[in-house]
Amino acid sequence: MTTPNMHDWLNEHGDFLYRFALARLRDPHLAEDVVQETFLAAIKSPDFAGQSAPRTWLTGILKHKIIDVMRKNVREIAASDLMSDEDANMDEFFDETGHWAEKPLAWDMPEGALEQKQFLGILQSCMEKLPAKLAQLFLMRDVHETDNEEICKELNISATNAWVMLYRARMGLRKCLEINWLGA
Amino acid sequence: MLDCKQSSQLISQSLDRSLTLRERFALQLHLIICEYCKRFSQQVQTLRIALKQMANSIENNSMIEMSSAAKKRIADLVEANHSQT
Repeated sequence: MTTPNMHDWLNEHGDFLYRFALARLRDPHLAEDVVQETFLAAIKSPDFAGQSAPRTWLTGILKHKIIDVMRKNVREIAASDLMSDEDANMDEFFDETGHWAEKPLAWDMPEGALEQKQFLGILQSCMEKLPAKLAQLFLMRDVHETDNEEICKELNISATNAWVMLYRARMGLRKCLEINWLGA
Repeated sequence: MLDCKQSSQLISQSLDRSLTLRERFALQLHLIICEYCKRFSQQVQTLRIALKQMANSIENNSMIEMSSAAKKRIADLVEANHSQT
């Protein structure tokens, strides 16, 4: 059996792995770091020599590295922030009778609006305005359909905490979009 | 009766867990009378679809490449660790 060449793998799969990580972490430096860790882990692995499907194998390692980063990031949320009362910080969205303080507008979504550069650009900048950790949890859940149970286990948070954080992310994001997209 | 605050929480949670029968019923009742929560419900679903599309567009965009500095760094590290073994 010939030993695979890690440099060839880097050339063939490096950019693929980078994009995979970037789509999940949204941070070029973090994405480069996890790709680096992936290759280092791969070269030290006893399974290295026998790999016939390197991309799949490397992607599997990368997924774990990405989860590690997310776990670390989300854990850095101050306990006070994470554990605060469900209603905290939501006051700006509702009045004291529980009605919308600012009523959601009708989003007129023409055919293909989601593909429009303008819409996606605003969505991107709104994501960037969310607290980073909130955005990351949200991406894990909504984009990559990570099972809620798995998120809680991986991040060591309760299901209730996860729901509250995801709720905050969605509220913040839709408001930001409404202001910057419809208001434009 | 649910108010809009409670209703919006349930709408968000319905994307993350199965609501109980009681919750679903209460939410449906509210949505019949509340245009704004109905909009909110559609919007969070739109967000989910749009974000997924954004992620796909990153993953499938072959124009996006790792910086050459990072590539070089990884190649050097691989080299260093390889010669150790």
